[in-house]
Amino acid sequence: MAYVSIADRDHEIEHHDDPQTFVAKYVWSQDHKVIAIQYGGLAILIGLFGMVLSSMFRLQLGFPDTFDFINPENYYQFVTLHGMIMVVYLLTALFLGGFGNYLIPLQVGSRDMVFPFMNMLSVWVYALSVVILMASFFVPGGATGAGWTLYPPQAISPGTPGVDLGIVLMLVSLAVFIVAFTMGGLNYVTTVLQARCRGMTLMRMPLSVWGIFMATILGLLAFPALLVSAIMMLLDKLIGTSFFMPAMMAAGEVTEYGGGSPVLFQHLFWFFGHPEVYIVALPAFGIVSDLLSVHARKNIFGYRMMVWAILAIGGLSFIVWAHHMYVSGMNPYFGFFFATTTLIIAVPTALKVYNWVLTLWQGNIHLRVPMLFAIGFIFTFTHGGLTGLFLGNVTIDLPLSDTYFVVAHFHMVMGVSPVLVVFGAIYHWYPKMTGRMYNETLGKWHFWLTFLGTYSLYLPMHYIGFLGVPRRYFAMGNTDFMPDSAITLNTSMTISALIIAATQLIFLYNIIVSLKKGEKAGGNPWKATSLEWLTPDTPPKHGNWGHDLPVVHRWAYDYAVPGAPDDYTPQTVPADEVPVGRDHGVDH
Amino acid sequence: MYITLILLGVIMATIIWWLLRQTLSTQPWVSAAADDAVSGTSLDVNRKAVGLMTFLAVATSVFGLFISAYTIRMEEPDWRPLSEPTLLWANTIMLVLASIVYHWTRNAAVKGIEERIKPGLTVAGALTILFLLGQIVAWQQLSAAGFYVANNPANGFFYLLTAVHGLHMLGGLWVWARSTMKVWTGAGSDSVRLSIELCTVYWHFLLLVWIVLFGMLLST
Repeated sequence: MAYVSIADRDHEIEHHDDPQTFVAKYVWSQDHKVIAIQYGGLAILIGLFGMVLSSMFRLQLGFPDTFDFINPENYYQFVTLHGMIMVVYLLTALFLGGFGNYLIPLQVGSRDMVFPFMNMLSVWVYALSVVILMASFFVPGGATGAGWTLYPPQAISPGTPGVDLGIVLMLVSLAVFIVAFTMGGLNYVTTVLQARCRGMTLMRMPLSVWGIFMATILGLLAFPALLVSAIMMLLDKLIGTSFFMPAMMAAGEVTEYGGGSPVLFQHLFWFFGHPEVYIVALPAFGIVSDLLSVHARKNIFGYRMMVWAILAIGGLSFIVWAHHMYVSGMNPYFGFFFATTTLIIAVPTALKVYNWVLTLWQGNIHLRVPMLFAIGFIFTFTHGGLTGLFLGNVTIDLPLSDTYFVVAHFHMVMGVSPVLVVFGAIYHWYPKMTGRMYNETLGKWHFWLTFLGTYSLYLPMHYIGFLGVPRRYFAMGNTDFMPDSAITLNTSMTISALIIAATQLIFLYNIIVSLKKGEKAGGNPWKATSLEWLTPDTPPKHGNWGHDLPVVHRWAYDYAVPGAPDDYTPQTVPADEVPVGRDHGVDH
Repeated sequence: MYITLILLGVIMATIIWWLLRQTLSTQPWVSAAADDAVSGTSLDVNRKAVGLMTFLAVATSVFGLFISAYTIRMEEPDWRPLSEPTLLWANTIMLVLASIVYHWTRNAAVKGIEERIKPGLTVAGALTILFLLGQIVAWQQLSAAGFYVANNPANGFFYLLTAVHGLHMLGGLWVWARSTMKVWTGAGSDSVRLSIELCTVYWHFLLLVWIVLFGMLLST
């Protein structure tokens, strides 16, 4: 393999002396890989907590009037915190803070992020936001129970759980999270643009980097909307302004608020909220493309289309937000506009799905654990995406709004699907991160129980949504329109949810025990082509590349190239040594 | 939300147009010698400059969203326009001067005219601090006249927008303080040149933001 030094980059080595003390190495570390694991570890930890919350409220839904420790108040707190934790503190932090940090410098051939100190600040500020969020459980009144969308006026009106300090801590925590994300995001964007190794053109980057890159741009531009709405709601709550709060009575008394616009909050919230879907989805799209290609031993089908689809989705994601607000009373012409844009964004998204399937076609498919999760993602994402087409249409959305159909839709499309990619990605890069293999059998159990479990949980949920069962209710009471079957289904869904939750213990056991007991993995167990598999050490050391930076001579998808000696050709192999490309008119 | 949409539309269109230009005519599955020679640095500027430009895009989004919120909230019948203190004009002049002096210092730093850097930085910072003090005095004048934050959304927005702008200015002053300290302890222009160049861009940006905000506050 050809490693040559780049004259104008060699000075970088001087800045990357290995830290010596434990604290410098693992706590205040500026190494992107350590920061990635800190980010990812904390995100998974808080995500597990979010999962426990969901088990709690599922217990109430499946077995009403059975558990004394779940009352209406903490039911709403569990639902709210579950949603917020999963969307922001787990998925956003894990994909961008975790995988973004780990993969960007390794896959583009950089020694580290370009602003390592700010990167370290980012993870610790993120930790602070998690601490503030968790603290809200312990203040008088407890955490907020306003629903994860925190709509005013309800969020800060008496009667809502956590109306005193809970909502304040929630909003402060979000603001702190956004600061953390911005510091990380500046790093990801600048590293991709300015710190790639020689020969790494933008179009030679693996799709994982493309997905993370575009998602970061979306995050940087969309999170401000959440920041702005959080600041304005804090002022409404703390000093009595009326940005969002209308004149109203609460708990039998006239409040001092007047004239505010709750719909303004909805606009701001969803101006963040919809790009947020793609902030989570685009990294998943990118990563799943790489998993499919590596484990099917084929180049990704339509690489350029995949990149352009990522760009198109990124651009369009800013003009679909009001499809979350069809029932807010907005101008029907707006509804028409947003329904149209929503259907348009389905085009590049569908294109990606076709390309994933076509990548598998005639591939040499290895059904290893990462591949199982990647294929599982194609199923769940297609299902979740299709129900999105239903809900994107105003006329279908109106009757389905606020039913379990919506809950089922967004859990399939941005709950289960990205989480399957997260698992696939963890299994895929685990050998690089730890130097050990995970246990394959346990991994397969983890996949099948999770995959089938989520289907047995969410398929029936679509059905009860069609029946008109409303979401957000603590107890259904004597509702005549609901057949007994819906009640029974709720019980079975709860049992599925509990099985899925328990299954994650297999995952935890596997990744913890394999740290010590897993087989030694070697540097490139999947025979993959991208740069992270070509590091001189596994796990890579601080500075990643030893003395010399890699030089790239080809794209990251040279699998099974006709005429090549192996079925994979690493990106660092020059074209005159091994032919490049597959079936594109190259003369072999 | 039109204002935000236009601002972000321009930003996103620029990014996507630039990325498309990099990618449209490529055939990544073919290995070209020209590609092998690409340095891996897309823009011919310092990485800190790229970091700053990215941050300015974020700040544009923040201010654009505040302005959108302002225009939407303004439509409600309870809106009572605020008559802004005249002092704001003086503050604006301070900020314009700060920006000019920073630019003058930047030119000196780029040309290596050492003796202009110390006074330039000091005066630019002092003018900025005067601007911020002036904003605080304007707040005091308003609250002395009975215009409190929570009285009316117009008042609330005035305090909010000036505070957010002021906080951004304070962030700039932190970087300014670091390079000023360096210069006063005898460092040469080379060690602070980049910082001064980037701060100049940041000062111009915040001046532009202030002029837009001030214009909006005055006209509504």
